[in-house]
Amino acid sequence: MTSEWPLWEVFIRGQHGLNHRHVGSLHAPDAKMAIHNARDVYTRRNEGVSIWVVRSSDVVASAPSEKGPLFDPANSKVYRHPTFFDVPDEVGHM
Amino acid sequence: MYAQMVKTDAAKVKSLDEMEPQERAFQERIDAGQKIEPKEWMPEAYRKTLIRQISQHAHSEIVGQLPEGNWITRAPTLERKAILLAKVQDEAGHGLYLYCAAETLGISRDEMYGQLHSGKAKYSSIFNYPTLTWADIGAIGWLVDGAAIMNQVPLQRCSYGPYARAMVRICKEESFHQRQGFDILTVLCNGTPEQKAMAQDALNRWWWPSLMMFGPSDDASVHSAQSMAWNIKQDSNDALRQKFVDQTVPQAKFLGLTIPDPDLKWNEEKGGHDFGEPDWTEFFEVIAGNGPCNRERLEARRKAWDDGAWFRDALTAYAEKHAARETPAAAA
Amino acid sequence: MGVTSAAIAEFATRMGDNCLILGHRDSEWCGHSPALEEDIALANTALDHVGQAQLWLGLACEIEGRGKTADTLAFLRDASGYRNLLLVEQPNGDFGRTIMRQFLFDAWHLPMLKALINSSDKRIAEIAEKASKEVAYHLERSTDLVVRLGDGTRESQARMQTALDFLWPYTGEMFLGDALDDELEAAGIAPAPASLRPAWDQHVGRTLAEATLKAPDKSYAQKGGKRGVHSEHLGFILAEMQFLQRAYPGAKW
Repeated sequence: MTSEWPLWEVFIRGQHGLNHRHVGSLHAPDAKMAIHNARDVYTRRNEGVSIWVVRSSDVVASAPSEKGPLFDPANSKVYRHPTFFDVPDEVGHM
Repeated sequence: MYAQMVKTDAAKVKSLDEMEPQERAFQERIDAGQKIEPKEWMPEAYRKTLIRQISQHAHSEIVGQLPEGNWITRAPTLERKAILLAKVQDEAGHGLYLYCAAETLGISRDEMYGQLHSGKAKYSSIFNYPTLTWADIGAIGWLVDGAAIMNQVPLQRCSYGPYARAMVRICKEESFHQRQGFDILTVLCNGTPEQKAMAQDALNRWWWPSLMMFGPSDDASVHSAQSMAWNIKQDSNDALRQKFVDQTVPQAKFLGLTIPDPDLKWNEEKGGHDFGEPDWTEFFEVIAGNGPCNRERLEARRKAWDDGAWFRDALTAYAEKHAARETPAAAA
Repeated sequence: MGVTSAAIAEFATRMGDNCLILGHRDSEWCGHSPALEEDIALANTALDHVGQAQLWLGLACEIEGRGKTADTLAFLRDASGYRNLLLVEQPNGDFGRTIMRQFLFDAWHLPMLKALINSSDKRIAEIAEKASKEVAYHLERSTDLVVRLGDGTRESQARMQTALDFLWPYTGEMFLGDALDDELEAAGIAPAPASLRPAWDQHVGRTLAEATLKAPDKSYAQKGGKRGVHSEHLGFILAEMQFLQRAYPGAKW
C-alpha cells in the first residue's frame, strides 16, 4: 500500500478575535486528525484558539496571494522564547 | 548551510535581453523584489532548483533531529530535558514547514523522503558528525544553529513566497535554539574544570565542520550566480563564513574558549578576521557518504520510515472506510 | 513532619514519577516516529509530562522541606526510590504499543486529576487543575488513535491487540490501594484508587469495542511500582537519564 495522507491547509484564529489566518499546511488522513495535528504542529498547545482545516485540493484560488504566516508560540513554554536566555551584552547579537 | 552546493542546471546566467518575454517578465518581477507564488509561471530550472534546495533544507532538519535527539534521554536536568525536547521537536516542525513549501512546487513529501532514503538527495554535512558529550548539544546550538541563521535570515526575503514564509516562522524559532546552546556552554565554562574541558573539546570538534557548513568558495560558481539572480540565495559562501567567524570569535572569548585555528587573527585592514582553510577533502568525503555517522543517520531515517509504514497505512485505511460509510449518498 | 504531610509528599512523588518516566519513554521517539505530525504530537505529550513531573516532584520537595529539588529526586534516586506504576516504564515496543500504553494511562490519569481538583490540599488541586487540561487532550488523541489503529488494517489490528495483551497485566496496579491511599482518602486529599475503576472501565471498554479490540478476560495484576519494586526496565532508564549527574557529582548544568 502506501498512499500518502492528503495535504491540508491550516487556518487559526487567536484569542483576540481576529479572522482565521492561514498558518501553513500539514498531512493527515482525515479532517479530525488534521485538526489534531494542526493543534500540535501550529499552536504548540495554545488554549483558546479556533482551528479550521481545509483539504488543499478543495481550495479554489483566484490568483496566488496568501498573507504572511502568523506565529503563535505557546505562552507556557517560556524557553521557546529567545529572551528566556540571558545573553551578556559583550557577546553581541544572537 | 542546510542546503549546500545546490545545482541550478544553468550553464551561464542569462541577461534580460537573452530571455524570452515570459522569462524576462518573471526575472523583472524578481528584480523588483516581488514574490513568486505557487502555480504562477516560472522557469523549469527555477522550480527544480527550488525543490532541490528546499528539500535539502527539510532533510537537514529531520536528520538534524538525530544527533541532538541522542541526548534528550540523557539531559542533565528536567529543565534542560524539556528545552532540548522542545528544540528537537521544533526541528521536526521546521522540516514539516519546508516539505510543505516544496510540495507547492509539484513534488510530494513521500517522493522527497524516497530521495533521502535512497541517498539521492543530500542533507547538510554537519549532521554526519557525532554528539559525544553534553557540551556537543551546546556547541550545536551555538555554532550550527548560529551558522544556519546567517543563511536563513536573508532567505525570509527570498523570491519564492512559500519558502520565504516558512523561513519567517523558522527564524523566529531558531533564535531560541542558538541561545539555548550558548547558555549550555556558558554554564559549562563557569563550572568545574572537567566541564570546561568538555566545552573546549566540543568546540575543537565542531569548529571546522561548522565552517564547512557554508560550503566551498562559490565566487566562481555559475550555480550560485544563477541562484542569486533568482533571489533564492543572497550571499556568497565566503561572505557568510566571514560574517560567522567575526560574530563567533568574541563569543568564544566571552566563554573563555580557544578556537582551534592557529591562523585566526584580526585583520585591521579588512575589518574582519583572517582564518584558516577548512579541510575540503574531508568535506567532500562527508558529502559523498563517508562521514563518521552518515550510515547511522540514513539507517535511522529509513528505519523510522519502514517501521512506521503499517501505522500510516492503518490510518489511511480507517479514514477511507469511514469516509465511505459516512457518505453513502455521495457514492450512489 | 506530620503523618499526613509525609503521605502527601509520597503521593506527589508517585504522581510525579508516573509523569517523568512516561515522558521519558515518549521522548525516546523524538526523531523516529512514523510521520512528522506524530513526532511533533508525541513530543508535546512528553513535554507536558516532564512539566507535570517538575510540578509534582517540586511539591514533594517543598513538603519535605530539606532543600531538595525536583532534579535531586529525578536524577539522584535509585530505582527502589521511584514510585511510578510499572505500566509507564514498559518499553516502547512499536508505535502501536506506545499509543496503547499512553491510552491506558491517560484513561486513568484524567479521572485521577479530575478527582484531585477537589482535593482538600490546595497545592495538589492547583497542579491537578493545570495538568487536567493537558491530559484531557492526551486522552482525546490517544483514544482516537487506538480506535483508528484497531479498526484500520488487519496488520494494525493485530499489532494493537498484541500491545493490549502485553500491557493489560500492568493496568490493575492503577486501582490497587494501600495504607497510604487510605490515609489520603480519609483526609479528602486523593481519591481511593478503586474509585477510579468504573470510569476507566467504561471509557476503555467503549473505546476497545469501537477499535474492534478485545481486552483479555482476566489476568494477574503485576504490581510493585508504587512501593519501589520495579521491572528490570527502570534501572536502564535511570542509568541513561542520570548518567551526567552521576558521572560529575555536584556539577551544575
